[in-house]
Amino acid sequence: MALRFRLAPEKTNIDFFKFQWVTFGGSMILSVLAIVAWIVMGLNFGIDFRGGTTIRTEASQPVNVAAYREALTGLDLGDVSITEVFDPSFAEDQFVAQVRISPQDGQEAVTPETIQVVEEQLRTVDASITFPSVESVGPKVSGELIWKAIAAMVAASLGIAVYIWLRFEWQFALGSLVALIHDIFITIGVFAIFQIKFDLTIIAALLTILGYSINDTVVVFDRLRENLLKYKTMPLRDVMNLSVNETLSRTLMTSVTTLVALGAMLIFGGDVIRGFAFAIFFGVVLGTYSSVFVAKNLVLFIGLDRGDKPKKPSANEFADVEA
Amino acid sequence: MQPMALWKRVLVLLICAWGIVGAAPNLFYGQVERHNDAAAAIELAGGTATPDQTTALAEWPDFLPSALVNLGLDLRGGAHLLAEVRVEDVYKTRIDAMWPEVRDAMRDLRDEVGAVRRAPSPDGVLRVTISNPAGMAAALEAVRALGSSVVTLTGAGQSTIDVTAEGSDIVVQLSEAEKAATDSRTLQQSLEIIRRRVDEVGTREPTIQRQGEDRVLIQVPGIGSAAELKALIGTTAQLTFNAVVSRTTDAGADAGPRNLLLPSVDENGVYYIVEETPVVSGEELVDAQPSFDQNGQPAVSFRFDTTGARKFGDYTAANIGAPFAIILDDEVISAPVIQSHIPGGSGIITGSFSVEDSTQLAVLLRAGALPAEMTFLEERTIGPELGADSIEAGKLAAMVAGVAVAIYMVASYGLFGVFANVALAINIALMFAALSAVGGTLTLPGIAGIVLTIGMAVDANVLVFERIREELRLNKNPARAIELGYERALSAIIDANITTFITATVLFTVGAGPVRGFAITLGIGIITSVFTALFVTRLIVETWYRVRKPATVTV
Repeated sequence: MALRFRLAPEKTNIDFFKFQWVTFGGSMILSVLAIVAWIVMGLNFGIDFRGGTTIRTEASQPVNVAAYREALTGLDLGDVSITEVFDPSFAEDQFVAQVRISPQDGQEAVTPETIQVVEEQLRTVDASITFPSVESVGPKVSGELIWKAIAAMVAASLGIAVYIWLRFEWQFALGSLVALIHDIFITIGVFAIFQIKFDLTIIAALLTILGYSINDTVVVFDRLRENLLKYKTMPLRDVMNLSVNETLSRTLMTSVTTLVALGAMLIFGGDVIRGFAFAIFFGVVLGTYSSVFVAKNLVLFIGLDRGDKPKKPSANEFADVEA
Repeated sequence: MQPMALWKRVLVLLICAWGIVGAAPNLFYGQVERHNDAAAAIELAGGTATPDQTTALAEWPDFLPSALVNLGLDLRGGAHLLAEVRVEDVYKTRIDAMWPEVRDAMRDLRDEVGAVRRAPSPDGVLRVTISNPAGMAAALEAVRALGSSVVTLTGAGQSTIDVTAEGSDIVVQLSEAEKAATDSRTLQQSLEIIRRRVDEVGTREPTIQRQGEDRVLIQVPGIGSAAELKALIGTTAQLTFNAVVSRTTDAGADAGPRNLLLPSVDENGVYYIVEETPVVSGEELVDAQPSFDQNGQPAVSFRFDTTGARKFGDYTAANIGAPFAIILDDEVISAPVIQSHIPGGSGIITGSFSVEDSTQLAVLLRAGALPAEMTFLEERTIGPELGADSIEAGKLAAMVAGVAVAIYMVASYGLFGVFANVALAINIALMFAALSAVGGTLTLPGIAGIVLTIGMAVDANVLVFERIREELRLNKNPARAIELGYERALSAIIDANITTFITATVLFTVGAGPVRGFAITLGIGIITSVFTALFVTRLIVETWYRVRKPATVTV
């Protein structure tokens, strides 16, 4: 046997249900806590969902938040927040801040005149300041975007559940749905706790997590489906353990390659995309965990009617695409 | 092991070759872009090239493919606007234009309906009072006859107008079907006119799209700011020539029925009362150019089409010595006194313009007026430096990710890892080729999508390799183990990727802008990674096996 780097031993025999009150129960408690955090602390919505204007400023001198704020008071802009942005990829003399202005009463988008006044005021603080990006979203659009985002999440989850139901059994669909909700809610909870900016790209990240997590879950389910046919009399719990053990090395392998790639994105991708990269990174870790410890537990609780012939493994269904 | 059929092998190799050739131009983005720009400019100029263009053209050979991945606004910098077209504006114009027709129709029925008078009404509704309510039935019939059938699929058979009686009033408004048809036409016109205006200033690849019922999305790369873009497309540029009734300094003056009180642009505090119905309007213009008047001041010269020229000629002949107003978007630009009969249908608009103003006005007049005003719901400006930084960061991240994954694969699967890496490289090439071919737009989240695909693309290979390992452990002979590995991993690969594809589809349908860019790269990435794992890696493994005929295989 040639030398190989391995994450899991060749053959594992771990009982993944042994501590299921800790693993599955813990997951459920965490999900609930995440929802509580979400409700209590609220999400730090970006302008996509809240409306308003963000102006990114860049200067060659350190950002003086107080001076910036001073310059903007008296403009009667309502709620203004100024945050400095740090990133290892910035140059020595590159100082970036984000100015956020709440939506103006009775206006869809902030007028160019207002933005011009803001820019002029900031220039009096620091003449070297530039404005690499100015974004403004009206309250009408932001309201719609929230609903669109929710609709997207629901549509994707249901689409996936229906597909799983068609290809496997309804218990599997339910199990994967619970795993998906677990991944999404905990990720949202983390965004609430750390008050990371939550905008449209984060929704894209959540949908990607959905896709990744289900990908992982399906691989386990596929093996389960195969083993259920193979070992007709083995108790369901044992078949499940066997299936997870058999696919464990693949599960870890894929997670690690994906995390390696995402880690590169997280570190080198720049600050504009960091929230997005973080959400996916975190979600992949959760997704891997949930496909091993969450998805099939529910199937075990509900139980499978094994007298009923499990749906056909697909090799012959996809005969035409086979190489 | 059953070798892949010859035609399949050829097809796989052809697709790979297409991927590499198709992706290649993106490696030389700057050169190819200059080449394409020059080629387009030369074609526009009718085949003549400036020396600069010739050099640019020579930077990339003609026989090589030159399709590039479009860079999204967040990478290239530019302006993004989401506008809502106030479609109701058009209802008012349409309904107001019906008043003379209704009046004429009533005149024919004077014996039955008596005197006719227009009553005050909200915008988009025409309310006509008749003095003899007994003739209402006949009046309604006559007014209804003015409507025509709606020409749409869904509204077929319905009249364009709704006519009802309220006491002694006839109430006329557009029917729902006609409103829907009008909305759709208004939006089409708006799109067309926005496109013409943006094209006039000649920036590259603007995106001008209809979104939903009454919205327009405008993305223009390379433009300085959203404010600049708004100035260009936000003005309706409704030009009319109206008869002047009087001139006043009283902002609250009563203009009288069917007249308008409009401010003057140049003279502060001066207002003109003009007739509401224009003599000629901007729709009858055929050309407008920036020019200078006899005093050397910037001005805009224009020319009417034949009907416009005739109306203008007749009016000037009949009203020598009277002032008439040149009105742009409800403001009087100037109100010259007609000196003589102007027969040729051309003229000049003077005012206190700067050269930029006159150039912009000429552009707007040439492109035509927007049928309705627009409200801007979303504005984004991204500076080119920020985009360039993002590209650099994305490139670095993608490279680090690629190298790290490649090393990891070789460490885990040895020679098979190398095979998977070759497939990964082809996979990335295929993604870029596909993106270039479909004219997809690469956005910052799109780059993240590519990086994510680099990580996930090896998944299908991992599934197969792990399966081969299992089969080898069961002491299957190597050829059989490889074959079974592919066969048994197939269902997991297909199911796993279809579910991911579902989310990519949802993202594409729901998302806009950068998110949609991400959905496209993710979706294409799924297809290419399944293809490379099932066909490319397999072809490599098979070929290797046939050439080397190893007694044992270690994955």
